[in-house]
Amino acid sequence: MAVTGAILVLYLIVHMYGNLKVFSGQEAFDGYAHGLRELGEPLLPESGFLWLFRLVLLASVLIHIYAAVSLWLRARRARPASQRYQVKKRVHRTYASYTMRWGGVLIALFVIFHVLHLAVNVISPGGASDSPYERLVNGFQPQFWFVTLFYIAAVIAVGFHLRHGIWSGLATLGVNQANRQPVLNTVATGIALIVTVGFLLPPLAVTFGLVS
Amino acid sequence: MNITLRVWRQKGRDDEGRMVTYKLTDVSPDMSFLEMLDVLNEKLTLEGEEPVAFDHDCREGICGACGVVIDGEAHGPERTTTCQLHMRSFNDGDTITVEPWRASAFPVVKDLVVDRGAFDRIIQAGGYVSAPTGTAPDAHANPIPKPDADRAFDAATCIGCGACVAACPNASSMLFTAAKVTHLGMLPQGQPERASRVVQMVNQQDAEDFGGCTNIGECAAVCPKGIPLDTISQLNQDLLGSLSKGIG
Repeated sequence: MAVTGAILVLYLIVHMYGNLKVFSGQEAFDGYAHGLRELGEPLLPESGFLWLFRLVLLASVLIHIYAAVSLWLRARRARPASQRYQVKKRVHRTYASYTMRWGGVLIALFVIFHVLHLAVNVISPGGASDSPYERLVNGFQPQFWFVTLFYIAAVIAVGFHLRHGIWSGLATLGVNQANRQPVLNTVATGIALIVTVGFLLPPLAVTFGLVS
Repeated sequence: MNITLRVWRQKGRDDEGRMVTYKLTDVSPDMSFLEMLDVLNEKLTLEGEEPVAFDHDCREGICGACGVVIDGEAHGPERTTTCQLHMRSFNDGDTITVEPWRASAFPVVKDLVVDRGAFDRIIQAGGYVSAPTGTAPDAHANPIPKPDADRAFDAATCIGCGACVAACPNASSMLFTAAKVTHLGMLPQGQPERASRVVQMVNQQDAEDFGGCTNIGECAAVCPKGIPLDTISQLNQDLLGSLSKGIG
């Protein structure tokens, strides 16, 4: 869970960096996307690195989901529905930790939609295009507010997921000592905030006409 | 004080169980929570009803026998054991809900009494040290750095009451096991079994059907002995070390 989570967090940061290229114009954005396909050449065939990368990501996502489902099933077995408390108070837990499971499901559904929309372009609000930049700009036009809204909800869920996930992953890896906890908490909140804002900026910029 | 109690009543392991409401008048704010239950039981006995069964022993907050979930919090609103909680923490006219620890690994025996034998079996799996025979060694033969001794002692204050499991949304016993692993792992006497201990104890808690830890922190927040959450990190560190060496 922690190791695959770490891979996915690092990927998100790289993905966010790519997204923010949108503010440097169409050429930079499309050039970056194209550059990813040429990465590793001539050692690897075209898109070779990209496919390796996708394979690692897919494996990480699947292992991450498998671990999450088994934890959830174990929790259900450890306290079945028939044994739930009639009154239960939240003493310490963060809202982020509360949203891990359903937030995770929302993120998984969004990722499927997101790949079909902006990567494969099977779902193409505003028209399909060979240019990733145009897909982005077409997809987040104001009339497709529901697409933007789903995106915002998912990105906020990712933010919460990272807030608890980074903290929890570090505990699982055994580095979460008491004297480091304030720093680790700040790091977890910091990365979660940066990633949330970083991912929200491009589509919102499109919706509000700052990028066209 | 007038108090309305909603108490979990269950005749035995196979009984379904239900919440029953009782009204108590003239409760003194200076009574402990258990004394208030004693008053209730006296009243029930006089009325010819079965008294409410609950675990208790020292009533000084050091044995770990007592423990119920009060208004959704393990051991109630104060960070102490149920026996050291007093009625002054409540208001006149309050309705208080009292439930047993809830976990498959802690089956209800009767009313508020649960079987915490699972904790004993986790201890049996690895919560011990080898004691060589022979004359006692000199007291200063084993120097222990003060910070290590302090940390071992902090972890050793765990009384095994089970509040961590009761409060955990996953019903995980990780804080309990981590306290034992940290306590013994910080001391030279605990080193010979250190690598195998953590694996055996974690395997046992899995076998007992406790849930998995997701580092939420409810356990440490309700712990009457203030066992620090980072003992879990120390357990994970030991566990990763053992597994990477192929132990277990």
